[in-house]
Amino acid sequence: MTTYGGQENAPQFLEAGGNPPVPVVRRSWRPQPRVNWIEKGVFLLLLLGLSILFVYPFEWLFAAAFKPRGATFDNSFLPHQWVWNFTGPNIAEPAPQKLFNVAPVGHWLWNSIWISTLGAAAVTFSSAMIAFAFAYFRFPLRNLLFGILLGTMMLPGEVTMIPVYLLWNNIGKFTTAHAWLPHIGTGTQYPLWVPNLFGSAFYIFLQRQFFLGIPRDYFEAARIDGDGYWSMFRRIALPLAKPALIVTFIFEVQAKWFDLITPLIYLRDQAAFTVPLGLKLLVDRFNAAGGGQGDYQVIMAGTLLLVVPMILLFALFQKYFIRGISTQGRKG
Amino acid sequence: MSSVTVNNTAPGPSRARRWLSGFRERETWTAYLFIVPWIFGFLVFTLGPMIYSAYYSFTNYGVQQIAGISPTKTVGFDNYKQLYNDHNVRVALRNTFEYGLMMVPTKLIVALLLAVMLMRIGQRLGGVFRTIFYLPHVTPPVAVGVLVLYLFNGPYGIVNKALSHIGINGPFWTTDPNWIKPTIAIMDVWACGGTMVILLAALYGVPRHLYEAAAMDGASKIRQFFNVTLPMISPALFFCFIILTLAALNQFTVAYTSFFNSGSGATNEAALFYAIYLFQQAFKYFNMGFASAMAWVLFAISMLITGINIFATKRFVFYQSDARG
Repeated sequence: MTTYGGQENAPQFLEAGGNPPVPVVRRSWRPQPRVNWIEKGVFLLLLLGLSILFVYPFEWLFAAAFKPRGATFDNSFLPHQWVWNFTGPNIAEPAPQKLFNVAPVGHWLWNSIWISTLGAAAVTFSSAMIAFAFAYFRFPLRNLLFGILLGTMMLPGEVTMIPVYLLWNNIGKFTTAHAWLPHIGTGTQYPLWVPNLFGSAFYIFLQRQFFLGIPRDYFEAARIDGDGYWSMFRRIALPLAKPALIVTFIFEVQAKWFDLITPLIYLRDQAAFTVPLGLKLLVDRFNAAGGGQGDYQVIMAGTLLLVVPMILLFALFQKYFIRGISTQGRKG
Repeated sequence: MSSVTVNNTAPGPSRARRWLSGFRERETWTAYLFIVPWIFGFLVFTLGPMIYSAYYSFTNYGVQQIAGISPTKTVGFDNYKQLYNDHNVRVALRNTFEYGLMMVPTKLIVALLLAVMLMRIGQRLGGVFRTIFYLPHVTPPVAVGVLVLYLFNGPYGIVNKALSHIGINGPFWTTDPNWIKPTIAIMDVWACGGTMVILLAALYGVPRHLYEAAAMDGASKIRQFFNVTLPMISPALFFCFIILTLAALNQFTVAYTSFFNSGSGATNEAALFYAIYLFQQAFKYFNMGFASAMAWVLFAISMLITGINIFATKRFVFYQSDARG
């Protein structure tokens, strides 16, 4: 018998070789399942081989980012000559270019960081509030509203994309007409994070499931202690739902860091770009096939800059990534 | 929802009255205060835009109307007729379907095989490999697009170099129109970690006693897989199938990064996916009316495919009625 581990509430092993209705013998020592070493060895070899395939693109990217111009496609495992392609003195074209000199890459990085963080913090908090209301309160129209909320998850983004753009466009016209207002609208970064203030259906659903798991007694006890609804939410619900909040936060950071189409629609000024949009600009400019100048080392350095923060985030929050994505399958 | 009938003189308030009185409760208005951000966001960023989008799809709304030079005219079903006759829409639809038919089953099967192997190999080693196979899933799609271009480069890419070592003359992946969609699909399979983790969680959820019962009845490993494992994880498989199908229909970022140049305007018909063509119509040519019609057609196709899937797999997807184990 092979191992099917991880099932906490599975029944105890039955003694092998007994008659079918064997009484369960409760004892501290249990016969361990026999491990099929041949099967395990074959799988191990297969997985090792596949791991190389899965990891090699990262290795290639890392090596290419430190190769000099013209050596990007030598495909050597490590650079023959290590070159720092990120920063350096700004020398005009015939010389190999450096990533931070060819474009406002520092701005892109900062923009991506603050938009991801602010957007994720906003959507985490707003979704938590909304999810708590749907989980804890009983109020008229609750089920209807929650049904509508679930329904919005089915709607493809393309349907609302155009009118939302026109809405921002109009807001922009309005704020330029009234000079005392800050300039908000298309061409600014507001459209990238402001919608996060109003919660997001998927996260609301995820967090509501979590809030429903908190025993109601906790809230009743807090109420007897004289807590209002808001402090029940803040002092009991939020701390207990911390894992769900972290999942929401890192998922949204990832979503913002991945997003190309929203910045592509709204941003015009290069200094306002985020890293994905900026990298797309570099690809368009330096990729020789697209008529570019062939400074591939700049593109590779930029790609590494886009990839590494996500790997770090994953390394730090691996548990939450896995937990968050595993729970997705259970809503189906 | 509220059919208010007040002519009820029976003792005790009527259902409608009681339902209405719910609005006077402190709990009710507190709850509405909590969800008011969502209601606002729903009206402004979802429901309102949906209504406008539906309206625009029947108008000639375009760049002149945005600038306010000429008035918006309703044009009936003209946008939808034009869409039906548009050569590029057909190309985009065919590309999208071909890509989906390649990507979805392959990704699902690879993810399932990986998940099964990870589970069989035990928790500790499985955890290590799970991290490795999940890594591509946290790679931003723009970076994936860059990797598509350079790993699969025809003459210089490492993929063709590796293939030549085993005596295969690799195709020009990124320039041969027949190989562009398979190349993107291969990179999607590379990023199958998310699907794999969902399936892995489902595999761990299969109660062990079912396998023991099957083994007692003399079922082989293969038989156990097809008659116990697959039915038990069918809800997760089905969920992944739907999610991947919708992702295929919305493929934009990887293809756009690799094969479209925002600067020079170079386009590539073999990589023209539906979402890309929609984006070009809306934000390059500002044919907002036409693009809105395209968006609703995409919505209709998504709903149709999801509906067919739900209907067709009803017999095969096995939902347990009570908690597992």
